[in-house]
Amino acid sequence: MRHVAKLMAVSAFAGLMTTTAVFAQTPKDTVVMAKQIDDIITLDPAEAFEFSGVEVGANVYDKLIGVDLANGNKLIGELAESWTVSPDQLTYTFKLRPNVKFHSGNALTAADVVYSIQRAVTLNKSPGFILTQFGLNKDTVLEKVKAPDANTVVITVSQPFAPTFFLNCLTSGVAAVVDSKLVKANEKDGDWGNAWLKLNSAGSGAYKVRSYRPNEQYALDANESWYKGAPKAKRIIVRHVAEPASQRLLLEKGDVDMARNLSKDQLASVKDNKDVEIVQGDKGYILYLGLNQKNPNLAKPEVREALKWLVDYAAIEKNIVEGTYKAHESFLPNGFLGAIGDKPYKFDLAKGKELLAKAGLANGFTVTMDTRSVNPITDIAQAIQSTWGQAGVKLELIPGDGKQTLTKYRARTHDIYIGQWGPDYLDPHTNAETFAINENNGEDAKSKTLAWRNAWDIPEMTKKTQANVLESDAAKRAAVYGDIQREHQKVSPFVIMFQQVEVTAERKNIKGWVIGPSSDTNFYWTISKG
Amino acid sequence: MSDTSVSDRSGWRDWLMSTSPASRRQARLGQFYRQWLAFRSNPSAMIGLVIVVALLLIAAAAPLVASQDPLVQDLPQRLQPPSWAHLFGTDALGRDIFSRVVYGTRVTLVIVLLVVITVGPIGLLIGCAAGYLGGWVDTVLMRITDVFLAFPRLVLALAFVAALGPGLENAVIAIAFTAWPPYARVARAETMVIRNADYISAIQLQGASQGRIVWKHVVPMCMPSLIVRTTLDMAGIILTAAGLGFLGLGAQPPIPEWGAMISAGREQIFDQWWVATFPGLAICVVALGFNLLGDGLRDVMDAR
Amino acid sequence: MAITIFGLLLVTFLIARVMPIDPVLAVVGDRAPADVYEKARLDLGLDKPLWTQFAIYIAKVFTGDLGTSVLTAQKVTDDIKTVFPATLELATLGTLIGAVFGVPFGIFAATHQGRWPDQVARIVGLLGYSIPVFWLGLMGLLLFYAKLGWVAGPGRLSIAYQDFVDPITGIVMLDAALQGEWDAVRDAFSHLILPASVLGILSIAYISRMTRSFLINELQQQYVIAARVKGVPEWRVVWGHALRNAVVPLVTVIALSYMHLLEGSVLTETIFAWPGLGRYITNSLLNADMNAVLGGTLVVGAVFIAVNLFSDIIGRLADPRAR
Repeated sequence: MRHVAKLMAVSAFAGLMTTTAVFAQTPKDTVVMAKQIDDIITLDPAEAFEFSGVEVGANVYDKLIGVDLANGNKLIGELAESWTVSPDQLTYTFKLRPNVKFHSGNALTAADVVYSIQRAVTLNKSPGFILTQFGLNKDTVLEKVKAPDANTVVITVSQPFAPTFFLNCLTSGVAAVVDSKLVKANEKDGDWGNAWLKLNSAGSGAYKVRSYRPNEQYALDANESWYKGAPKAKRIIVRHVAEPASQRLLLEKGDVDMARNLSKDQLASVKDNKDVEIVQGDKGYILYLGLNQKNPNLAKPEVREALKWLVDYAAIEKNIVEGTYKAHESFLPNGFLGAIGDKPYKFDLAKGKELLAKAGLANGFTVTMDTRSVNPITDIAQAIQSTWGQAGVKLELIPGDGKQTLTKYRARTHDIYIGQWGPDYLDPHTNAETFAINENNGEDAKSKTLAWRNAWDIPEMTKKTQANVLESDAAKRAAVYGDIQREHQKVSPFVIMFQQVEVTAERKNIKGWVIGPSSDTNFYWTISKG
Repeated sequence: MSDTSVSDRSGWRDWLMSTSPASRRQARLGQFYRQWLAFRSNPSAMIGLVIVVALLLIAAAAPLVASQDPLVQDLPQRLQPPSWAHLFGTDALGRDIFSRVVYGTRVTLVIVLLVVITVGPIGLLIGCAAGYLGGWVDTVLMRITDVFLAFPRLVLALAFVAALGPGLENAVIAIAFTAWPPYARVARAETMVIRNADYISAIQLQGASQGRIVWKHVVPMCMPSLIVRTTLDMAGIILTAAGLGFLGLGAQPPIPEWGAMISAGREQIFDQWWVATFPGLAICVVALGFNLLGDGLRDVMDAR
Repeated sequence: MAITIFGLLLVTFLIARVMPIDPVLAVVGDRAPADVYEKARLDLGLDKPLWTQFAIYIAKVFTGDLGTSVLTAQKVTDDIKTVFPATLELATLGTLIGAVFGVPFGIFAATHQGRWPDQVARIVGLLGYSIPVFWLGLMGLLLFYAKLGWVAGPGRLSIAYQDFVDPITGIVMLDAALQGEWDAVRDAFSHLILPASVLGILSIAYISRMTRSFLINELQQQYVIAARVKGVPEWRVVWGHALRNAVVPLVTVIALSYMHLLEGSVLTETIFAWPGLGRYITNSLLNADMNAVLGGTLVVGAVFIAVNLFSDIIGRLADPRAR
């Protein structure tokens, strides 16, 4: 009986161990990415507002206008060959590129553009405000957006906004043009095809959605008859891999061609690999602390300033986020109109202590910070906890899942929140609005900006920031944003620390990948595989 | 016992082993002694005892055992491999992992003890009430028990922690909430047997109240099996707590909780293996200790 | 039975609703303006009283409608059709490994009761109860995937095979075999074997300990002594007589262990990026995706009841007194 048992054990064990894995290389004309894509809620361009969903839209749909990444994000025509602005800055006329076809073979006309804007405005999902802020709504949209002929679209806005502001907004995903015939065919109960477009595509862009399985992967097929020419890679497969460590292994073993979410330590270790190279691009995401002004200690101006002096920016950058974030202390990210590079704060324990003493808190105080249980957030929070502790500020970290900390932040029941903010579109107003406008600090506020979430009541700064969207002179507009930011750095309850750098590690045979300043500008069509 | 020169020691022994004890105390101590002899002859149980005692000692003497403050960061020294200066290496914030593991014993002990003192009484009360009272009380209570048993334990604990907010105390409450059903079942089964015993009927005839009977007579009889059950369950509690910590919902950083430490080392697992490995080993050893101890205790105390 | 399921749903509902997580966030994201947010809140029926919400849900369940998941934008029934087979696959192989190793292990310990092989078996068995599964998974990946390259990494299939296998049963290996894609079968197996072994180790511990105690019990019976006296060889006494009588409780134990693996795979699925039921429930819970949480819980409850029923029936069928 001993023999039998032993034999069974040995043979089963041997069977287990000889399972040599088959490591298949990725097919030649297919580019495979490992990426965290579990943030996708929908692929519908009128609804998608999360990084990964917007990135899919950028590759599947075309817009009237785009930005030239190689040329300082200058506005360029895409579906619109040209456009004019009326002298009163209220009417925009777009001439469409002729002979553009959707993936379905339907011709793309001005009627599709009108339908797409009408659809986005009427559905009015999360990104809808990017269009409705120009005075478009579901009742008036057909009066304000018109197609006098098949190649012309005329849009009227409600105020003489800075033209750069309106045009920048048209480069965002919500302004993508959808195939009106196909969408109408898949409409259900008057939903404007929303349910269908969540999982499918109806665009004219470089790629079309072949399959999408939430939290698993999406596959895109090249559009051979794209108006800019057929994309180089015939198929793109993006697979959800949550762990940076796993992404790196898949890349090094050749199971994927690109790894999109490597952390600092993963990057450091792939640097030595001959088969791998690294591509970087500045992203607009800002990493900051929000200090709730409902907390009496945090409401003291000296305390706000002291806490800014007590973060060891340099040590965190070098040791925790090197290569994935860089120091940045103002609310407009580099690359945006009006961005400034001023970094007034660095770690200064004596100064921090002095300010705390001035605030009557020489012995420090205790405060909590809601912290998402993900890296690098947890590590950064612990590093801050350590340096604040040296000045007597006892920071208690409250770990939680993303949605949990966010729920608390939105209800203004936090003390301190550590988080990221990314611009909604490529115009400075997006960040200026959220960081420096708070129209109504009451609980019944309609617009709940980040300034509101931290209960920061700023009537003066609100007025100044709001007036600046009507400034038609781009240089003047930029200068005013500079002033607002410098003031903001001094007094705001935001400890702005870093700007994100998006990094991709890719196999050497991958060429042409350029990381844009937002998810709207991460284009796959330039990628080729040698 | 053939030795005729009666030393103090064997005198005690005779007194303990006496088959005709003169007092209650002698009987009870004698029983303990016999159980101890049986326990001592079981090598694996002794290993368990040694581990648990070592755990207690290390937790008590943590500041002496640890080589550094477990919370002090030294960023330039981050992710150093194990060496004489850092026996288990350093983590992503340059903290000494050995010292964190040592202080982690305190966290583990606190969790285990708090859960045990919460869950024992709940389970005992529900189980004894259901078993003794029977009828619809039994049906209702056991239905509730079933509901909690049918739920994946970790998911339930996770939901509770999410509802209560993170932190050590809340993790303890959450684990206690999910751990009581098996205790209730054991207590109920015991009670059903005891309920029909003659001496209970005798007490009932004397007119004792139901509460008094349950509390004074039924509960004490359930204790031995519950103690065994508790010791065996401690390992499970440690693992659940570590699982919560691993999912980022247990102890608050920078508390050196072992599960959270493994979670922190997950990102570096393929390059800096030591960050996740040592806290994991610590959990294994301690959980094994409690398991071996509980197993030995069961053999000795719970012959059924 | 129905009451248990009802209670399960009620408890789940209450817990998920008292969690301080805003369910609307999963629908509209963080950036939505106030009016969009409010509309989504009304669409979810969150303005109605708690009890009404629950009553509406239960009424729908009776018509077979589990609602739509907010996170995946798919019907919960469709989601379950994909995540449940994934967990089933994992737990089945895990239990198989547990039984193949656990039963002989337990027999070995029982026939050497009290001697050192028994002690070793006991320690090894208890070790299975003592290892944190997420840690074991990480160590397994480190050793067998990263260092030795014997098995494939996280996920169910390598990316190259993703589109070759169409879901028929939802169990990837089976589907690939049905379609004659033998490379894909091998690939799926090399992804499956490590997480299944990790789960298997837990179940080896449980099954071997139970086997040991059942067999010891049988070996003390009169008929075993009688057989030994008659000179029946020892291996036949153990394998032929004693084991046959211990089969019934053993099957129950294996069924129970199967159930534990089904519901206990939350952490394993997290480590191995396995798109299974445990991860589905956890993820939905943390996003307050009520329909998905309740749907997943319903499946778990149903499995729990089915396994209990199964072991009851087996017990009755095999018990000579009941026959």
